[in-house]
Amino acid sequence: METIGRALVDAIRLLRELDPELVETVALTLQVTLGALIIALVSGIPIGAAVGLARRLPGRALIVPVIYTGMGLPPVTVGLFTYLLLSNQGPLGGLGWLFTPTGMITAQTFIAFPLVVGLTMTSVQGVDPDVRTQMIALGASNRQVALTILTEARIGVTAAVVAAYGSIISEVGAVMLVGGNIEGETRVLTTAIVLETRQGNFALALALGIVLLGIAFLTNFLFHRLQVRQGGP
Amino acid sequence: MRRRVGPLLVVVLALVGCSRGSSEVGVLRLATTTSTADSGLLDAILPAFEEEYRARVDVVATGTGQAIELGEAGDADVILVHARALEDAFVAEGHGTERFDVMYNDFVIVGPEDDPASIEGVSVAADALGLIAGSQATFASRGDSSGTHTKERALWEAAGIDPDTGSGWYKSLGQGMGDTLNFANETGAYTLSDRGTYLSQQANLPNLSVLVGGMSIAENADPALLNPYGVIPVDPDKGNIDAELAEQFVEWLTSVETQSRIEKVGVDAFGQPLFYPDSEKWRNR
Amino acid sequence: MTNAYELTGLRHRYGGRCVVDVPSMQVRTGEILALVGPSGAGKSTLLRLLNFLEAPTEGRLVYKGNEVGHDVPLDLRRKVVTVFQRPVLLRRSVAANVRIGGRIRGERHGGEKTDALLGRLGLAGFGHAPARTLSAGEAQRVALARALIVEPEVLLLDEPTSNLDPYNVGLIEDVVRSENHQRGTTVVVVTHDIFQARRIAQRSGLMMAGRIVELADTETFFTTPQRQETVAFLRGDLVDSGAYIPPPPKRRRRSRR
Repeated sequence: METIGRALVDAIRLLRELDPELVETVALTLQVTLGALIIALVSGIPIGAAVGLARRLPGRALIVPVIYTGMGLPPVTVGLFTYLLLSNQGPLGGLGWLFTPTGMITAQTFIAFPLVVGLTMTSVQGVDPDVRTQMIALGASNRQVALTILTEARIGVTAAVVAAYGSIISEVGAVMLVGGNIEGETRVLTTAIVLETRQGNFALALALGIVLLGIAFLTNFLFHRLQVRQGGP
Repeated sequence: MRRRVGPLLVVVLALVGCSRGSSEVGVLRLATTTSTADSGLLDAILPAFEEEYRARVDVVATGTGQAIELGEAGDADVILVHARALEDAFVAEGHGTERFDVMYNDFVIVGPEDDPASIEGVSVAADALGLIAGSQATFASRGDSSGTHTKERALWEAAGIDPDTGSGWYKSLGQGMGDTLNFANETGAYTLSDRGTYLSQQANLPNLSVLVGGMSIAENADPALLNPYGVIPVDPDKGNIDAELAEQFVEWLTSVETQSRIEKVGVDAFGQPLFYPDSEKWRNR
Repeated sequence: MTNAYELTGLRHRYGGRCVVDVPSMQVRTGEILALVGPSGAGKSTLLRLLNFLEAPTEGRLVYKGNEVGHDVPLDLRRKVVTVFQRPVLLRRSVAANVRIGGRIRGERHGGEKTDALLGRLGLAGFGHAPARTLSAGEAQRVALARALIVEPEVLLLDEPTSNLDPYNVGLIEDVVRSENHQRGTTVVVVTHDIFQARRIAQRSGLMMAGRIVELADTETFFTTPQRQETVAFLRGDLVDSGAYIPPPPKRRRRSRR
C-alpha cells in the first residue's frame, strides 16, 4: 500500500514538474507508437479491405489463417525477427536501423499491421453485401465501391485502430530488443518501467505506469469520440 | 458404480499424498543477480543443496537493485549479489543479518577488434575509460543500477570523468549484461562485462574481444576489476522468512565442498573457472 | 421509335441452369415496360443483365447500338440505375444517401437538386435524418431519389413497392410516371403486382421459367391476352401460395425530426 501511495505522489510530482526526462520519454513513446500506427493503417487498411472484398482471391485459404496468426504473434517474437532482420548480419543490417527509433517503429509496425489487416478484413466482410450490388448499380467504379464499403465499415475499422494502438503502446518486448532501451535515444515508457522495476524503484516504475495508462486512456477516449460521431445515433 | 470407487479412492489418496509430500519440502527464496543464473552456476550447484536439505530453491534472477529490494520487502529469504556498498548498507539498515564472502569473478572491458580508442593492453581500467572518453568512442553502459553498472560508475569516477548520456557516445541501455553485449557487438561499442557472462556468450559475439583484463582472472592486472559476491540472509523479523533454511544455505554455500564445486563450473566449456571461491572457510582450509 | 435495348438469342445460366432464355426482345426508348410473372421466373436476373451487372452467357445484348459484354465502360454503366426491392441505404444522412449517385459521377454539389427530389417524394425536411432510422416506405423513396438524381437514361425497378402501404405505392408510382413523362426516362419495372403494371406501364409482359411468354400493349395484355399462360396468370391461377413474400425489413424505426 505504501509503495502505491508513494507512486501516486511521485506520478503527480513528475507530471506537475513536467520532468524533462519524462517529457522526452513520453514524446519518444508517442513518436514510435503513432509512427508505427500510421504506417500500419496506411498499408493495412487497403490490404485488409482488398482481402475482405476480393471475391476470388487465390490462396485465400492460406492468406486468412496467416493474417489471424499474425494478429496473435507475441510481440517479443516480432521483436526478435526484426532484430535479426536489422542486425549487422541480417539482410537489412546496412540500413543501420537497429537500436534506433526507426527500428522500433519497424518492429511495432509488424505487430500492428496484421491486426489492422485482419480487423479491417472482418469488418468489411460484415457490411451488407447488397451495398456492393447497389453501388455498382448506381455506376460506382471498383475503387468507389471499395471506398463506400470501407466507409460503411468505419466502426469496425476504428476498432481495428484501437486494437492496433493498444497492442503497441503497451508492448515492451519488441521495443526493448530492437530499441535497446538507450537513455535519451530509444527509451520509451514501457522499457523505462521495466528498467525502474528491475532497479527496485517501484514507486517511479508505477508512476511511469500511471502516465502510460493516462496516455492509453486519452487516445482511446479520442478514438471512442470519433467512433461515436461516425456511428450516428 | 461401487466397483469404481475403490480405484478412484486410491488415485485421490495418491494425489493428496503427493501434495502433502511436496508441501513438507522447505522452499528457499533466493534473490540474486542475472550473472549467477545466466552463467549456469546455480544450475550446477543448487541440485546438491536441494537434495541434501530436502528443499526447493526458488531463484529470482534480476538486477542487483531489485534483488536487494526483494530482500528489503521480505520477498526473499536470502540474497546473493555483487555490489559491496549496497550490501553493506543493506546489513547496516538491518534488512539482513550478516554478509558473508562467497566468491569472486572479475570484470573485463570488451570492445571492437579495430579498437578505435587504442585501449588494448592498458592495464588499469580507469585509464582505458579515459582513452575511450577522449576519443568519444561509443561506450555501452548497463545503466540499470546493477552490480556491473555500479562498478562501471566507480571506474568512471576513478578516471575523473562524468559521462553524459546526452553526449552521444555514452549509451545508457538499462538492460541486462547479455543484451548489452549484443548491443556492443552490433554497434561496435565498448562495454564493461563480467568475464563469466562474456565467456558464456563469446560464441555469439564475433565482433568483440577482451581488451582490458587479460585472458583469465589470473592475468587481470587491475584489482579494481575484481568482483566479489556476497550472500546475506534476510532479517527474520520481516516475517514469513525461513531463517533456518536461509542459514543452512549460507553454511552450505560457503562450505569447502560447495566452494570446490563452484571452482569447477565453466572449466569444461571455457577452459577456465567462471567464479573463484573466496569464502572464509575456503581461504582457511 | 428507337429501341433502348435489343436482346437477341439471349441466354443466361447459373451453374448450368438456364434462368433467362429470351430469343428476341426490345425495350423501347422512353417507354415504361412492366414484366410480371411468378417468382423464380428470371425477372430479377433479366434486370441485372439490363443493368450490366452481369454479362449474358450467350447471345447479344445491345444498348443503343453498343453491344454489351464483359467489361462495360463506366460511362455506359452510369446511364442505367436500378432501384431494388430492398432499399440498401448507407449509414449516413438521407441527403448524403441521395447525393451518393452524383458523388460517384464526380458532382460535388447538388444540394438544391437533393432538396427538390426529397420534396417531390414527400421527404422534405428529412435531409439531415440518419438514413437507417427511416421506415420501409421512406427508405424506398430515398432509394428512388438516389436513383433519379443522376437523371438516368434507364430506370430499372425490381419489385419497388412490394411490402409497402398504398400511400407509398402511390407516391412512388406518381414520381416514376412523371419522370418518364418529363424526361423521357426509359423504365423497366419488374413486379408481381399485376395492377401496378396496369397502372403505370405502356407495355406489359409475362415472364415464366426464364422466357417471355407474351409481351404486348398493356391494354391488350390485360384485356385480350393471347396465351393461355397469361390468361391463367392474370386469373390468379399461377400465383402459387409460395410466391415470394419478402421478410419484414429489419431495424426500421420511425423517426421524424
